[in-house]
Amino acid sequence: MTMIFGVPVAVFMGQLLLGLINGAFYALLSLGLAVIFGLLKIVNFAHGAMYMLGAFTTLLGMQYLGVNYWAALLLTPLVVGLGGMLVERVLLRRIAHLDHLYGLLLTFGLALIFEGSLINFFGVSGARYPTPDALQGGYQLGFMFLPKYRAWVLLAAIIVCVFTWYMIERTRLGAYLRAGTENPALMQAFGVNVPLLVTLTYGFGVALAAFAGVLAAPLYPVSPTMGSNLLIVVFAVVVIGGMGSILGAILTGLGMGLIEGLTKVYYPEAANTVIFLVMILVLLLRPAGLFGKEA
Amino acid sequence: MANSQTLTPAMARARRANLRRNAFYLALIAVGLVAPLAIYPVFLMKVLCFALFACAFNLLLGYAGLLSFGHAAFLATGGYVTGYLLSSYPALTPEMGIITGTVAAVALGVIFGALSIRRQGIYFAMVTLALAQLMFFMYIQAPFTGGEDGLHGVPRGHLFGIISLRSNLAMYYFVFAVFLLGFALIQRTIHSPFGQVLKAIRENEPRAVSLGYNVDAYKLVAFVISAGLAGLAGSTKTVVFQLASLTDAHWHMSGEVILMTLLGGVGTLFGPVAGAGLVVSLQHLLAQSPLGNWVSPILGLIFVVCVLSFRSGIVGEIQKMYRKNFK
Repeated sequence: MTMIFGVPVAVFMGQLLLGLINGAFYALLSLGLAVIFGLLKIVNFAHGAMYMLGAFTTLLGMQYLGVNYWAALLLTPLVVGLGGMLVERVLLRRIAHLDHLYGLLLTFGLALIFEGSLINFFGVSGARYPTPDALQGGYQLGFMFLPKYRAWVLLAAIIVCVFTWYMIERTRLGAYLRAGTENPALMQAFGVNVPLLVTLTYGFGVALAAFAGVLAAPLYPVSPTMGSNLLIVVFAVVVIGGMGSILGAILTGLGMGLIEGLTKVYYPEAANTVIFLVMILVLLLRPAGLFGKEA
Repeated sequence: MANSQTLTPAMARARRANLRRNAFYLALIAVGLVAPLAIYPVFLMKVLCFALFACAFNLLLGYAGLLSFGHAAFLATGGYVTGYLLSSYPALTPEMGIITGTVAAVALGVIFGALSIRRQGIYFAMVTLALAQLMFFMYIQAPFTGGEDGLHGVPRGHLFGIISLRSNLAMYYFVFAVFLLGFALIQRTIHSPFGQVLKAIRENEPRAVSLGYNVDAYKLVAFVISAGLAGLAGSTKTVVFQLASLTDAHWHMSGEVILMTLLGGVGTLFGPVAGAGLVVSLQHLLAQSPLGNWVSPILGLIFVVCVLSFRSGIVGEIQKMYRKNFK
């Protein structure tokens, strides 16, 4: 059997794929965080909870309403995104004029509410969501076995990331968003409905998290705590990449997933911590982050 | 008399205010001394430990404007180091264990502080959170923490090798003394020239820089003091409850201390004490009620309400009322 630094190729590639898929989730979540941060200037601590709500909406939608996976892929981000818009309208807007740390604290409180309430109804052990029929099985690539669903997750995540990048960098709406990031007051003076833009942006960021939640449902156990642990890692990813650039968020997310996968192969004890260690290294060498501008 | 001639009205007012403040402090200390006769001492000790923890956190948020989301790491480090030492070396006296735990937290504070002050505002919060999570994972895997089980049966031992701390009352007075010590240190820090510079940095960092202050050094010192006192709280807590567990290292704990400070009043001296008392009482009451499973959502709800409409906190509101009516 072929070996790579003392590890069988199949194991090596398998872990790399797992890492890449984790990276896809990091990318989707940090992308949403970056979009929200750009316009609202708050770090959405409820982002992990929104991801978790996405997975739960998918699970419950199937159990009680018979919504299948493909419909959920579309409906869940819509539902959770609308919920997010409601949160922005009713809660975040009231504190928009304050220090942005309050936004972090408010969304932290929301995360506690969502997570804690769902734990009471569903426990922490987590439920399984079946892999959709069309994505059962996999491909034998010779050097490794590639499950269809994992290939799909990677593909879908990349499509959504590219779509988001295109929306923000190449469309008129995206131009408004970028201009709003620079100077919302001036935008408003030009007649752009900035409050609406803010609501839509928050809804979109949250919908990205919910989309990641749908993708994750057949992959990981659906549990109320699935979001918070992931979110802290995503925070580290965001610190590493900096929230200034869309492309930076995507690349850093995927890269960190790969590094994590590699660590699992060669030094599994550090797999949980390697991203935090990279963060420390980046803080020492490039305090503004890999893609960040000096604030 | 010569004395009364040089006493301007402003000086007399200041002197009266000083007297009033001292009387207030003395009254509080008196309350603290008789409290264990009326209230279960173990509960009071829990409140005092968390009050010290929250005061330490408040030094950073309220006076330097730095929101640390990773203070659980210092609480846990103090607790684990003290717990491990006292369990493994029975000859060690509790105060030595607590001092060592505090020193460990200070050392960790130097490292975390130096790293996290390289970023500002929201990033600072995220960096501290991530670093604390790193410690959480390390404590799960480290051989001396007992992993998921934690450390149990840490001996309370004899204070200075003489006074047995087995009785809760003796333990209480020791914890009370530790709390007063920590509180006095914070009080002195805040009212010193150093504390004034911290406030200047909080209000306008670029201006403080342009005035020639080494802002990073000030921030770091504040961070280390705060970390050390959080570690002191954790160490003391471990001796009181004779256990150290992962609960202390979890990010929920970092969130709880923020809530205590916010609820009591950010940037007020007594706010964190009131907030800690309230949150600990609430947890205690809820645990016995049918709502026992709902502690975390209820805390979340209080968080949201506080941020939306109660940002000055209890002590902050009282101060506002006092200023409006008596000045």
